[in-house]
Amino acid sequence: MFDHSFFPAAKHGPTADGYFGEFGGKFIPEALTAAVDEVAAEYERAKVDPAFTTEFEHLLAHYAGRPTALTEVPRFAERAGGARVFLKREDLNHTGSHKISNVLGQVLLTKRMGKSRVIAETGAGSHGVATATAAALMGLECVVYMGEVDMARQALNVARMELLGATVIPVKSGSRTLKDAINETFRDWVANVETTHYVFGTVAGPHPFPAMIRDFQRVIGVEARTQLLDRTGRQPDAIIACVGGGSNAIGLFHPFLDTTARLIGCEAAGHGLTTDKHAASLSAGEPGILHGSRSYVLQDDEGQITEAHSISAGLDYPGIGPEHAHLHTTGRAEYRPVTDTAAMRAFRLLAVTEGIIPAIESAHALAGALEVGAELGPDGLLLVSLSGRGDKDMDTATRYFSGATA
Amino acid sequence: MTGNLDLLTATLAKTRAEGRAALIGGLPAGFPTVDGGVTALRAILDSGADIIEVGLPHSDPILDGPVIQTAVDQALRDGTRIADVLHTVRETHAATGKPVLVMSYWNPIDRYGVARFCAELAEAGGAGCILPDLPVQESAHWREHATAHHLATVFVVAPSNTDARLREVTAATTGFVYASALMGVTGARPTLSTSAATLVERLRRGTDLPICVGIGISTPAQAAQAATFADGVIVASALVQTLLDTPTDPTAPRRLTTALATALHQT
Repeated sequence: MFDHSFFPAAKHGPTADGYFGEFGGKFIPEALTAAVDEVAAEYERAKVDPAFTTEFEHLLAHYAGRPTALTEVPRFAERAGGARVFLKREDLNHTGSHKISNVLGQVLLTKRMGKSRVIAETGAGSHGVATATAAALMGLECVVYMGEVDMARQALNVARMELLGATVIPVKSGSRTLKDAINETFRDWVANVETTHYVFGTVAGPHPFPAMIRDFQRVIGVEARTQLLDRTGRQPDAIIACVGGGSNAIGLFHPFLDTTARLIGCEAAGHGLTTDKHAASLSAGEPGILHGSRSYVLQDDEGQITEAHSISAGLDYPGIGPEHAHLHTTGRAEYRPVTDTAAMRAFRLLAVTEGIIPAIESAHALAGALEVGAELGPDGLLLVSLSGRGDKDMDTATRYFSGATA
Repeated sequence: MTGNLDLLTATLAKTRAEGRAALIGGLPAGFPTVDGGVTALRAILDSGADIIEVGLPHSDPILDGPVIQTAVDQALRDGTRIADVLHTVRETHAATGKPVLVMSYWNPIDRYGVARFCAELAEAGGAGCILPDLPVQESAHWREHATAHHLATVFVVAPSNTDARLREVTAATTGFVYASALMGVTGARPTLSTSAATLVERLRRGTDLPICVGIGISTPAQAAQAATFADGVIVASALVQTLLDTPTDPTAPRRLTTALATALHQT
């Protein structure tokens, strides 16, 4: 079913130091150097080990439910300038988002390293649920750190993680969202590194996480490329995904890097880029260091990381993966801001036109598709990542559409 | 104006000649206030500390536990800026004549500009910088400027580092080596980890630099124990805690400092 092609050739980086152009690296305390190097070394061995790739593919196919469907959405597309729009249905994965693919890869790696405990950060809860799920499957102890604010807006996912046997620890420091959950998970890792692997959730963090997680998510684009070619006989004009840290986007984009397709990442613009309530690190941030790598971050003039805002907990992050920063700098990918309002309009539109309730994160990509489709017109062919399902967001959506503040 | 790396080196040579470990105290700048912080740092140096580290408050202190996080959050909420950190260094050094280091995560210095930061830290009388998340392989630019301004470059090594990595880090270090007593973030622990002595012994095989131990040392007994194998003992969270306990009195760290210094003079 797979041809191992989701483990890419070295030509797209990173360097041995973990750099994509000028972005990446490993800006971590020495206490974590040995652990991060161990992950890198084990991953290099694993990705050329047929036993590893076979087990990974088996889990993707028979546990996660891959390949995921590619769904054309003509009634939605009527509002997108009449362009043809296909959704890559990552929402149909087990646990409801693309996050499970990365997690399955990393728990297999955890077993190879002989570690018995996994820890993870989560924003929306999707990565936490996926990690708790894979830990249950593999018999690993699991602790998930989640901002207190996010625990309130994603209570359903907290209940799911706990049912799966994970311990969810509320993070009360700083912004009490994803950024501080990551800080707290790093603090746990420093203290427990001998027994514990940090299942990082997105293509950020110190090397090798951005490259390794990209490779585990690359299956999204590998599948979509073949599926779309089978259905339409051609390559897409534009490929659109939401970006917080950017794992579903890089997974979809990567197999298309050598095509002429436009790659478009949709950043959360919250209340708008003219306010300070947004999470658009590339559109409105500057190069800096956060969570172990150099990339674009939201920061003040003295390097203090500023708080992000998005109605979507999964995009509510003041940084972005270093490979996206590189693709932005080289111009190979373009990044556009999508406000809360535009995302929620697209959220409802997909529900009523196609019977699919998207995650609010993914609704940012749908809003981007409405814009890009209008720009391209009826000849356009769009491939859009529907990275997750919206069940977890019903409370937020209900309050939003009833006019209450989210 | 040149930085005070030589003063730092001389201070550690003097305590070594006296047959005791140096006491290095620390607080973040701007806590409990900018002026209150200067008063507290002076109180720590006047009651027996040999060297001081001034924390540059950062929004994302991933190597710090809850006590220092609380102090740093307060300092940032009150609007503490890098100018306040440099002011704190200047006032503390001017009042005591003792070596004053800054401890900073990398992004604030990277953003401020390495050349500008080194020049201003040296001008303020600083002795150098402790850099807990700048990896040695990324430090060439920093070291070029630090060397030019006579500032120490201190990395924080850990028990999990390989011998090869320890050699790589210590080869790029000036002033002293900061050895983490345990695997974990800053903050008090009930006992001194056994990994501290082992790490110092491993370091000694590869470097002649003084080795100071910190992270998880809060009591005079722990300090005395660390002093049996280390050239210096670093205490910060426990001193911050005295100010959290007695927020109206910036001289609150005095009593603990005296006890720590006494313990080090008796070993």
